[in-house]
Amino acid sequence: MYFRVNATRGYLGLDVGSVSTNVVVIAEDGTPLTTVYLRTRGEPIRAVQEGLRRARQDLPEGFTVLGVGATGSARQLGGVIVGADVVKNEITAHAVAASELVPGVQTVLEIGGQDSKIIIIRDGVIADFAMNTVCAAGTGSFLDQQAGRLGIPIEELGEIALKSKTPVRIAGRCTVFAESDMVHKQQLGYRQEDIVYGLCQALVRNYLNNVGRGKPINPIVVFQGGVAANAGIRRAFEEALGTEVIVPRYFDCMGALGSAMLAREEMERRRRQGQDTTTAFRGFSGSELDYKASSFECHHCPNRCEIIEISCDGEVLARWGGRCPRWDAVSKDQKSLTLAVK
Amino acid sequence: MAKITFPPMGHYSPAFATLLRELGHEVILPNPPTKETLSLGTLYGPEFACLPLKICLGSYVESLERGAEVIVTSGGVGPCRAGLYGTVQREILKSLGYRFEMIVLEPPRRHPLELLKALHRLDAFRRAPWQLVNTAFKTWEMIKALDRLERELHRIRPREAEKGSAEAVYKRGCRAIGAQDTVAGIRKAAEEALADMRRVPLDPSCDPIKIGIVGEIYVLLEPAANLKIEKTLGELGAEVDRSIFLTGWTRENVVREGDNQTAREAAYPYLCEMIGGHGQDTVGHTVMYARQGYDGVIQLAPFTCIPEIVAKGVLPSVSRDLDIPIISFFLDEQTGEAGFRTRLEAFVDLLVRRREQRRLAG
Repeated sequence: MYFRVNATRGYLGLDVGSVSTNVVVIAEDGTPLTTVYLRTRGEPIRAVQEGLRRARQDLPEGFTVLGVGATGSARQLGGVIVGADVVKNEITAHAVAASELVPGVQTVLEIGGQDSKIIIIRDGVIADFAMNTVCAAGTGSFLDQQAGRLGIPIEELGEIALKSKTPVRIAGRCTVFAESDMVHKQQLGYRQEDIVYGLCQALVRNYLNNVGRGKPINPIVVFQGGVAANAGIRRAFEEALGTEVIVPRYFDCMGALGSAMLAREEMERRRRQGQDTTTAFRGFSGSELDYKASSFECHHCPNRCEIIEISCDGEVLARWGGRCPRWDAVSKDQKSLTLAVK
Repeated sequence: MAKITFPPMGHYSPAFATLLRELGHEVILPNPPTKETLSLGTLYGPEFACLPLKICLGSYVESLERGAEVIVTSGGVGPCRAGLYGTVQREILKSLGYRFEMIVLEPPRRHPLELLKALHRLDAFRRAPWQLVNTAFKTWEMIKALDRLERELHRIRPREAEKGSAEAVYKRGCRAIGAQDTVAGIRKAAEEALADMRRVPLDPSCDPIKIGIVGEIYVLLEPAANLKIEKTLGELGAEVDRSIFLTGWTRENVVREGDNQTAREAAYPYLCEMIGGHGQDTVGHTVMYARQGYDGVIQLAPFTCIPEIVAKGVLPSVSRDLDIPIISFFLDEQTGEAGFRTRLEAFVDLLVRRREQRRLAG
């Protein structure tokens, strides 16, 4: 997506998640200039490079990137490839984006591909949060799998759910139970839309019971993450909470948007404190370089750590995965990277 | 005289080893638990048993392979399952074909006689209990010294100018304390190590937030069980206070003057029953941390631990009443540290921003 032409400088945010990789570029005043949504498909390096390439196409020639932020479960990897100035966890990034887009937000419901979280915000600052721990039953992968089983494209699931008048109760605690419940109800002859909406309700029930347990869910409530595209889930949330649930315009790239905002904040801080504000950004041409990720097992102790090594044109950029610092240091640059990751 | 081993538990190995050596045994020191240890534990342990059982079981297998003939472990008074773990582990190891003796030490307050009997059995010279006073005193002194040094490490680590320098001093100090065999020697080594620790160069601009850690004793004390949470938090710029040290030294020091309250009393308005394990202490310590102005509290518990599950259910009301953020982690055999780190980072972020806001508000 491409929104505006007249900005020539701005900040880039990157969110490398298990399911999707997003790139967002914002202008200095925070307006999104372009958003890119890609499937990671298990290849985060390729996804990041493709994301950069597409973002560049949307931006005017000679666009200057003033700062870069990275987030998501592969934030460390993404940060190295792109050259990030600030590497932050996705909880902080999501909260920052939600507060910016929806002033006065108190509750953020976020459901992504593999994880789901709830963030409680008071006066623009995170007051509390929770994330799913042992089980991914209440997440996008669960919906994806069930939609596949019903033979419905995931994009249409929400519309179908909205047609339901008498939803069927589906067990949502575990994908295995949900699946057998759905098979059973189908065989009894329940209508498809009622089963689909029942599934949405099951997911919401699971989410509120697990992730949302004990948290004060006050309005304004924002619902974001890939699953927020599903209107059925949104309606199920509204019914369960008895309040309006807002899905922001950039619901599927809030992490990247938040990390771009964090990059802006970081650069402003450096400017205020008289520090160097040169970005670590490796440039859009980084999308053409040949990055390689390799791994090896360290045999120095029985922990047998799997060390990941990221290199570019034969030069080792970073290593991680060890429980001790044996492999951490690669060069002086590496030291600054470790600090940034912190 | 027997080759003897015991469960790995944080930095206490030198102290337990001193005790057993004084009782006339050759000590097989448990290796610090690794992934390999945990793999052995999950292979032979019941699936739904908690992490402490699995780590200890794996460690026993390793020590038995290295020639241990006797295992000494702790008992318990229930309702927590850990009180039975000695017996369960003994039977599992026997069925694997190992030949050894298991000696279970019961807690002194509830079972003083059983404890004395077990100690008497452990003493290779069959001395009378009062002849062991000096040995017990020496062990206690060593545990106290190790705990003091670790508390100092927790205070210095977030403030150190160069990452890892405090930890290096700490490790050296533990070795020096562990090598002593007189009370005077232990005290001297401890003073020297503490002095070294205070000489670690600090970053003057550092202003760490304070986090209290509560929860089940084993996952609190054994870094292999908690993915080295104290180190991670220290490096993220948080000063950590752990609610449980073996000395119980904490309790006297955590309590401020004129506030002679124990964790159990502090927990009373929220959880008035002794529910086993450390459930009540978890709630009580959280209340105490909140009153002392800590920025946040982290609960650590083994996955499937009932006392901690109950405590977790109570904590949201403590959080609400006393206005302190709390996050809970249930630990199992996860070796992927990324998710754990993400949550810790976000929690530290939350606390830092919250403090800034409060300071602005005055």
